[in-house]
Amino acid sequence: MQTFSALELFKQGLAGQSGWRPQWRRPEPKAAYDAVIVGGGGHGLGAAYYLAKQHGLRNIAVLEKGWLGGGNTGRNTTIIRSNYLFDESAALYDHAVKLWEGLSQELNYNVMFSQRGVMMMAHTVHDVQVFKRHVHANRCNGIDTEWLSPQEAKAFCPPLNIAANMRYPVLGASLQRRGGTARHDAVAWGYARAADALGVDILENCEVTAIRRNAVGAVEAVETTRGLIRTPKIGVSAAGHTSVVLGMAGVRMPLESYPLQALVSEPIKPVFPCVVMSNTIHAYISQSDKGELVIGAGTDAYTSYTQRGALHVTQHTLDAICELFPMFRRMRMLRNWGGIVDVTPDRSPIVGKTPVQGLYVNCGWGTGGFKATPGAGHTLAWTMAKDEPHPINAPFSLDRFRDGYLIDEAAAAAVAH
Amino acid sequence: MLLIPCPYCGPRPEIEFVHGGEAHIARPPVPADVGIEDWTAFLYLRTNEKGVHAERWRHTHGCARFFNALRDTTTDQILATYKAGEARPGAAAVKA
Repeated sequence: MQTFSALELFKQGLAGQSGWRPQWRRPEPKAAYDAVIVGGGGHGLGAAYYLAKQHGLRNIAVLEKGWLGGGNTGRNTTIIRSNYLFDESAALYDHAVKLWEGLSQELNYNVMFSQRGVMMMAHTVHDVQVFKRHVHANRCNGIDTEWLSPQEAKAFCPPLNIAANMRYPVLGASLQRRGGTARHDAVAWGYARAADALGVDILENCEVTAIRRNAVGAVEAVETTRGLIRTPKIGVSAAGHTSVVLGMAGVRMPLESYPLQALVSEPIKPVFPCVVMSNTIHAYISQSDKGELVIGAGTDAYTSYTQRGALHVTQHTLDAICELFPMFRRMRMLRNWGGIVDVTPDRSPIVGKTPVQGLYVNCGWGTGGFKATPGAGHTLAWTMAKDEPHPINAPFSLDRFRDGYLIDEAAAAAVAH
Repeated sequence: MLLIPCPYCGPRPEIEFVHGGEAHIARPPVPADVGIEDWTAFLYLRTNEKGVHAERWRHTHGCARFFNALRDTTTDQILATYKAGEARPGAAAVKA
């Protein structure tokens, strides 16, 4: 791997920037691997990296049906936070935040993790009560969440409108200062480059079309658009298409896939210092380093695989943005798009084993999977390598739906469903 | 926004409707007699079809009645709508 450093930059500068090599290989698929990850987004590439780095599995491949990070990794609003209510979720999401904090150094790749603070607005008495409960629960779990008055919220985010005559006035906010954003593409590319350097084969344009199982029911191979690949272990990290892939092995999942939309404005000078989220009126906004306002909308009403959504959903979000931040009323939006998110009944993810031997799954992240990228990859790799749950992902098993141990994070998941 | 043909009211915009999830999932008549695996399947497991999907809609801001629709989840095109209690239309109706 060509290491990025000031010295390397200087040397390449002298050579007219002509010595940079591609950051990962484009290998042909081998006939067999020790393990295969289905899905080349941040979660899948992260799992491959940790499998190779921490568990010594070097003969592995990541299969991606399109291009790296072209699914939800490239379609989300890059918000990172860990202020979830329940102990299990706090442990999982904070595990990820702690990995984020060292990720650029770990990967020798600038993922532009910016802990600019995530502020969640309360607009009703109910919001205030729920958020304060979250603040207290978070602090018991060692997560840095604090309650802000409307004036304190405005001091933290000056564009905020805290006028009393709003339809949904700001009654306060909860703030996680360790929360923030990261560059979504860089996360996928950084993991891909680091995994490739450890010998992981990254196979793009390689869609899984079938999963073969042997006489005792364990997985033995995947059929792909680039040929048959034998493997005793398959980790599925396919987000919205998880039901489709798991269906190939005969497993029915407690998932429904919805389009979730996002949009960006034209780029402007730095005006917006943090991330603001409002569950009640559906607005999620931050400013990218390029200057675009990155805005998240809600999910559509119906299940779909179309990667687009209805206009009235984004319009509803922009109504809320204009009310909360009147200075953006004349901004023009540049692009909007949809991603397909896999939503579980309790809005918590599923990470771990499946009823099929050798088949592992990382799914159900719904509307908020980006923040968990390193943690999801890390714990999925552990589970695949040892064939047992990591202590952090153990509560997020598929069995919890049968056993009734749901982890109901509908309030913390933020995007209204 | 979808234009949804309500079997009672005719075509109306999507914002008049509420989506009701997958259709044809019957509640077991005597839940106490159902084993844990079947009960889990009834409560939580969904087809999440990529393709033609049978789903419930409720015309909340219209006749307020439930009905079913066949929709292709890869295009969002609604292929047929039919009243609750009726059988899912066959492939011929979908093509028409």
